[in-house]
Amino acid sequence: MKEIWILAKKELSSFFDSLTAYFLLIIFIGLSGFFTWIFGSDVFLIGQANLQPFFAVAYWTIFFFIPALTMRMIAEEKRTGTIELLQTKSITDWQIVLGKSLGCLMLIAIALLFTLPFYITISKLGNVDHGAIICGYLGLLLMSSALIGIGIFASSISNNQIVSFLVSLLIGVFFLIISDVLSGSFSGTMASIFHYLSLSTHYDSISRGVIDSKDLIYFISIAILGMSLAQATLSKRNLTE
Amino acid sequence: MNIIVENLTKKYGNQRAVDNISFQVKTGEVLGFLGPNGAGKTTTMKILSCYMAASGGNAKIGEIDLNINQELAKNHIGYLPEHNPLYHEMPVLEYLAFVAKLQGIRANNVSTRVREMVKVCGLNKEKHKKIGELSKGYRQRVGLAQAMIHDPEILILDEPTTGLDPNQIVEIRKLIKELGKEKTVILSTHILPEVEATCDRILIINKGKIVADGTPKTLRSKAKNQHLLKINISTKDDNIKETIGELEEVENVTVSKDDAKYLLVKSTKNKEANEAVFRLCVKKKWTLLEMTPIVTRLEDIFRDLTMN
Repeated sequence: MKEIWILAKKELSSFFDSLTAYFLLIIFIGLSGFFTWIFGSDVFLIGQANLQPFFAVAYWTIFFFIPALTMRMIAEEKRTGTIELLQTKSITDWQIVLGKSLGCLMLIAIALLFTLPFYITISKLGNVDHGAIICGYLGLLLMSSALIGIGIFASSISNNQIVSFLVSLLIGVFFLIISDVLSGSFSGTMASIFHYLSLSTHYDSISRGVIDSKDLIYFISIAILGMSLAQATLSKRNLTE
Repeated sequence: MNIIVENLTKKYGNQRAVDNISFQVKTGEVLGFLGPNGAGKTTTMKILSCYMAASGGNAKIGEIDLNINQELAKNHIGYLPEHNPLYHEMPVLEYLAFVAKLQGIRANNVSTRVREMVKVCGLNKEKHKKIGELSKGYRQRVGLAQAMIHDPEILILDEPTTGLDPNQIVEIRKLIKELGKEKTVILSTHILPEVEATCDRILIINKGKIVADGTPKTLRSKAKNQHLLKINISTKDDNIKETIGELEEVENVTVSKDDAKYLLVKSTKNKEANEAVFRLCVKKKWTLLEMTPIVTRLEDIFRDLTMN
């Protein structure tokens, strides 16, 4: 457990060392702030004291940011060979994957923390549904975990960051868009399977303020599946044949 | 801690990178791993450092079986991989502290250990720089420092002196010798004088198999009981090669590949051929222009064993 935390902290600080973190924070807060307060269907246009516009924008920004964050995590280590150093320390492959994912999730959490002033401001403007907003943040974190799982797997299968980025984006697009489209074009069991696989189905229901165990299981199982696949890819070197 | 390797095998697909090798290393011994490229040195070291599992056979570190308890074994091993990979964007001190914590050193000891390593490896001037800004020699020292930070009983160093300048090589060798007094050290290298300078024992490996095992001295004396002479004889006789070959002290005679006027005379075991050859020349009235004994160097032993 301690090893995971040490690695997560190192990953987080390496985001800040390489300026990726600052870049992400500025863009994330800039974009979401712009669309929440100034442009499009912003808070003043809809005239309601809630953060729906923010969650809609954050959803998409995070969707594109996470592949960019996770792409280098294992791919870069494999390319430079530092993975060998890490794997010969007293840390298991599973801890490596978990530590790296946690580091990334911490950066997303920090980004979300910076948007708390939005929440405070909106709560001064009128009666807000606190539950819905907390659920919205929770939904974003859960979705991030799932996307990080996908991203870390994509990063483990290649030592080229661009390939990793594209693979994780592709898998993400499947869960976000293709499954929606497919669920519309099929009927019966197939339709309900694709409907269940869709990220937006589960995200929408959480951000409306309904925490259903079905949704929790969905996000967490995608995250765990992605991380397990990443661990399996890393452990491939141990195959005896 | 002793290292015991028994029938270790590693297969990559159909290729056997390491083929059924067995050897032992004792505490206080520096073992030099020699071999041409692709001989299986790095693979063996990767298995011993718990980076990957073997396809077959056993490796034990002290009482710990690497097939069973890799995680425990890792605490006792310091490993410097080939090409010395490091996080270039991290500052030296931060990196060493990260490794120390990862190796399970208690939080209040971390800074002491880091400071010690900085001192031992001579990193004091460069400690605040990012690793990417360091020269190759200093990076190598950082690599050594991270390998030794948890004070492991076993050090596995894959080509520790590549890319260093001659002064640094001397320093690193001194350091390795110093460490080798109380630890078990395995190092691989292509540089033969390095083995002689640092290692107590040499293991020559070729195509995944051990072809020689012993101290530099025994290896040399093994080759030494057969002497090699390079001679140049001026005569009109056509069959000098055969005539010399008939001598009791001579095993075979070959024409030198570098220069056809030279003959290479290999003595039979435990005999010296120079006197006999000289007497033969006098008897046959050949003019002996040159006779040079060829000293067996480690290079020759190495070539002998690894070229087919």
